[in-house]
Formats: sequence, C-alpha cells, structure tokens
Amino acid sequence: MVTDAPPPEGGTDTSPAQPTTESFVEVQESAEFGELRRAHRSFAFPLTIAFITWYLLYVLLSNYAGGFMGTRVFGNINVALVLGLGQFATTFLIAWFYSRHAAERLDPRAEAIKSRMESRMESRTPSGTETGTEVDA
Amino acid sequence: MSGTTATGTALLAAASDASEHRPLIITLFGAFVVATLCITVWAGRQTRNASDFYAGGRQFTGFQNGLAISGDYMSAASFLGIAGAIALFGYDGFLYSIGFLVAWLVALLLVAEPLRNSGRYTMGDVLAYRMRQRPVRTAAGTSTIVVSIFYLLAQMAGAGVLVSLLLGITSDGGKVAIVALVGVLMIVYVTIGGMKGTTWVQMVKAVLLIAGTLLITFLILLKFGFNLSDLLGTAAANSGKGSAFLEPGLKYGATGTSKLDFISLGIALVLGTAGLPHILIRFYTVPTAKAARKSVNWAIGIIGAFYLMTIVLGFGAAALLKPGDIIASNKAGNTAAPLAALEIGGGGGSTGGAILLAVISAVAFATILAVVAGLTLASSSSFAHDIYANVIRRGRATEKEEVRAARWATVLIGIVSIALGALARDLNVAGLVALAFAVAASANLPTILYSLFWKRFTTQGALWSIYGGLTASVALVLFSPVVSGKPSSMFPDADFAWFPLENPGLISIPLGFLLGWLGSLLSKEEPDKGKYAELEVKSLTGVGAH
Repeated sequence: MVTDAPPPEGGTDTSPAQPTTESFVEVQESAEFGELRRAHRSFAFPLTIAFITWYLLYVLLSNYAGGFMGTRVFGNINVALVLGLGQFATTFLIAWFYSRHAAERLDPRAEAIKSRMESRMESRTPSGTETGTEVDA
Repeated sequence: MSGTTATGTALLAAASDASEHRPLIITLFGAFVVATLCITVWAGRQTRNASDFYAGGRQFTGFQNGLAISGDYMSAASFLGIAGAIALFGYDGFLYSIGFLVAWLVALLLVAEPLRNSGRYTMGDVLAYRMRQRPVRTAAGTSTIVVSIFYLLAQMAGAGVLVSLLLGITSDGGKVAIVALVGVLMIVYVTIGGMKGTTWVQMVKAVLLIAGTLLITFLILLKFGFNLSDLLGTAAANSGKGSAFLEPGLKYGATGTSKLDFISLGIALVLGTAGLPHILIRFYTVPTAKAARKSVNWAIGIIGAFYLMTIVLGFGAAALLKPGDIIASNKAGNTAAPLAALEIGGGGGSTGGAILLAVISAVAFATILAVVAGLTLASSSSFAHDIYANVIRRGRATEKEEVRAARWATVLIGIVSIALGALARDLNVAGLVALAFAVAASANLPTILYSLFWKRFTTQGALWSIYGGLTASVALVLFSPVVSGKPSSMFPDADFAWFPLENPGLISIPLGFLLGWLGSLLSKEEPDKGKYAELEVKSLTGVGAH
C-alpha cells in the first residue's frame, strides 16, 4: 500500500468499517460487479458523448452558420433561440432519463453488492478492518 | 471611477434614487445580514466535529442540498453578468446560460455519485485516493485554492459594481470598504457556521434570488403582454443593432479569432462545473449517493428555470434601457439587471422603481455573500484537510487542530480576496467566472475522471495533469487580453498579451487531459491495483462510504 499518510482518526467522526483490499479486488473481479460497471458505463459514456456533441454542434452552428441560425421561425423567434431552448429541453430530459436508468438498473445491483460485502464484514471479526488502506478518503 | 463619465446618466439617476431610498436599501440588506448571522450562530452551536464543519453533518436532504447547490452556483456571474452580457451583446450572452446548465449533466452522469461514495471532505480525497498522498494532495489543494480565488475575484467585482450603483459611492475608498464588508461577513459565516451555516445561507439566498428574478421577469413580461417575440423585437430595435442582436455573432462573430474564443468559452463552461471544488464538496452534505443524485436533479431544475428567466431579464434590459446608459453605468454591463428593475418599477424618480432597485440589489448582495461563503469554505477546507492535515502533519493532526487550521485559512483567504477584489472592477463578472471554469476544467476534471474510470492512471499522470492544466490555463489568462492590451483589460496601460483568446479552455483543457494520459503512460510506477479496486467498488456501490 502506498500511503505516506496513515490517518489516525480523532474525535467523533469515526470512519465506517472498511472491507479488506482483498475483498475489494475480489468483488471488482466478480461477474456481478462487472454487470454493474457495464450498466453504468454503457449508459453514461455514450450519453455524455452525445450531449457534448450536441452542445458543440450548437456552438459551432452559432459560429459558422449565422445565416441558418438567424432564420426566423415565427415573429422574432429565430432558429438560434429555438436551438438554445432545445439545449434546455435535452438537459432536463437527459437528467430524467439517467435518473430512471439509475433507479432501475444501477441502484438494485449496487445495493446487492453493498449489503453482501457488509454482511461478510460483520461475519468477520469486527475489529479486523484496519488494513492500512483507509486513506482518509 | 469606473462608471461616472459625463454621460453616466443612468448611474447618476439610479444613485440619486438610491440615496433617496437609502434607508430602505440598508434595511433590506441589513435584514438579510441579520437573518443569516442568526442562522450562522445557530449552525455554529451545532458544529461539534470535523464532519459538521466540512460536510454539515451529512444530514441534508436531496432537496435541501439541491437548493443549496443552486444558491452556491447561481453567482453574481449568473445574475449580474449574464443579464449584462445579453443586454449588451444580445444572443451571444445567452451562451453562458446554456453552457452553465448543460454542464450539470457531466456532474450528474459521471461525478456526483462516485464522488459522494468515495470521498470524505474535499475534492482532494478522491483525486488522491489511489495515489501517493502528499504530492497529489498538495496539487489538489493548490488547484482548489486557485480556482476558488478566480471565482472569488468575480464575486468581489460584482460587489464593487453594486455599491457604486446603489449608494452612489464612486470613490475607491468606498468600494474597498464595501468589498471589505463582504469579506468580513464571509469570514464570519464560514468560521462560525461551517458547512451547516453556509448551506442554510445558500438555501435562503436561492429562494430570494428565484423570487426576485421571478418578480422582475413577471413585470417585464407583463409590460410586453407576455409576448416574447414582442420583447425580443423591442430589444433588437432599441439596441440599435436590429435583428443581428437576436443572432449569434455580435460579440464573438467579428473575426476568426473571436470565433475561436467563443468555442473556447463554450468548452470551458460545459466542462468546468464538474471540476469546481466548491460545488463538489456540496455532495458530501447528503447521506448517500442516491441523495446526491436527487440533489443534482433539483439543482438542474432550479438552475434551469433561473437561466430561462435570464433571457427575459437580459433582453428586457436591452428593451427598456438605452444601450449607452448600460455601458455608462458599467462598461461590462454588470448593472443591467438592477437598472432594468429600476425602469420596470416606474423609472428614475419613482418610488416603485427605487423599491425594486433596492430589492434586486439586496438580492444580488445576498447572492454574492452566499457564493463567497461557499468558495471560502471550499478553499479553507482543502487547505486544512489536504495540505495541513495530510501533507504538513502527515495525517497526524487531530480533528480539532484540522478545524482550527480551516478557520485560520478562512481568515487568510478572506483577506486575500478583499485585496484582489479592488482590481477587477470593470471586467464582466460572467467572463471572469468563465475563467474559473476554464481553470477547473483544465486542472481538476481530467484527474477526477481518470481517477474514477481509468485503471492505468498513476500519481505522475495526476500531477502532470493538475499542474499542467493549472499552469497552462492561468498563464494563458495572464497573457490574454483580459489582463492587458485592451482598454477593457485589468491593466489597460500595459500590453503583454500575446495569447489572443480571452478564455484559455480551448488549449488548456485538452492539454490537461493529454498530460494526465501521457504522464501515466510514461510513469515508471505501476498503478496500484488494490487501490483502484477499492475506489471503483466504493464509487459504484457506496460500500464503506463516510
């Protein structure tokens, strides 16, 4: 363990018990955790790329397609304003979409892994959690 | 000084209105200060340990924290800066609103929950988790303090602007006095109230800001019969620039360089939020990652609604005021929103106008106070927890000593920001904050993302990325037209601006990511697999979370 700052905790904010590094590695390599990781990454990564691309597209259109952006849709409302408001709409939508995904696909898996690790910790000696890995983090 | 040219009629009118109603203004502002000080003392009594001081005891609900995040995030930049930028440059000012909002998705999808699960008090907790503690914590602390000071600078500039408008004080002494008052209040909030007090101050402020903005938005829309198209048309005609005012390009469309500047600003805005230490530490105030997610969702709703209103506020100011008056009052447009409030309330000399001006100015003051408190807390926490406790004392400081160090750091940072506040008067507050976003996106975001998601990331990668991103972004700002070479610069008489863009993000953000990757590849040290297992499992499941 590379930690040049072992943290003796003082006061009342005691750290929660920590599983051993070995059990973290074991869980990390488990199929169940692999599924959780995939459920998060396969959703969050492409979506991040998508909304950043859409946002950059909007910025680039503002820069280099002034004529198109200035096209009036109705009254004094032009394409630029509509696309700008579109950014608001997609932001709200993605936030809602992600939260639904997280509640359905991430939370149950995370919860299951967490409670399994915690119950295994309890069945071990409760004081045997000092692994030197607890880096005040 | 800044605003009182011979043509500064709006300023003078506003100032004379303000001085007639000075008791009202002082009462409103005083009421906010007294109320928040009571909250602070109350919160201070409940602050017993480090977790209370740094994280408010982690007992806030998702909604409360969402409100507080909004209060922490909607700064003078959002309120005064964006309204001013739209009032002067029309559509181009609106990019700020969009970037500031879309940025929250990065925080929601990639950062908020893992950070809550794996960190404890500071951004440095997560940055340094897998790494050698001392060097990475030093780096994290340094960049936290630099980003926060950039951000503080903007808030102090906003405070200086307000006071010249409100009290007609144009002397340097008067401005320094008000900046000092803001500084002293923020020191009191943070040293006594800690995170608990700061959070409540931010919640109160968020409610006031939303209420004040709703009121002005409603009154402006009422005047235009709730017809946005009419409002925009009047704004365009009144600006003297016609339909170009409603199209992109007025500020950034002139040359190829300014277009690049627009892209640079856009990137900095969207990637900056998830690297802002004062925002990140807010996720520690809730008990679980789920609550952190909920708070971001609330924040997106509240902040989004607010930024939608900035359209009405900014274009409303352009429609109601003469462009010359806005510029005369403050070259960067920072006073457009309060002036619009004065106008919509009945104009100069009317009681209604003076009351609205007073209300909006008091709201703006509240805004500034709440944000500077958050910033100060973030930087003093990082100093105490990352640098003092883990680097200087090598983890052997007691909790009491750590909190004491945080309180002293607060005093020091307060003094520094008071000193810097005097320098930044005439810069657009939103532009200044965009610089803080660029520094955060260059120095912090790459390391946060690599730490959480890339198993080959090493200490050397983290250090290269943090210091490289930090140095590049700050140096490019230093040699940009923001600091010298233009009449609107911080030092207009000097010219050492060889970097043409005002926002460094276009160069410094990719550089930060590149250095993190390169530093890890070229590193002799093997990444610590066990540590990564801990961080990854913790961050996704919340096992052993504080």
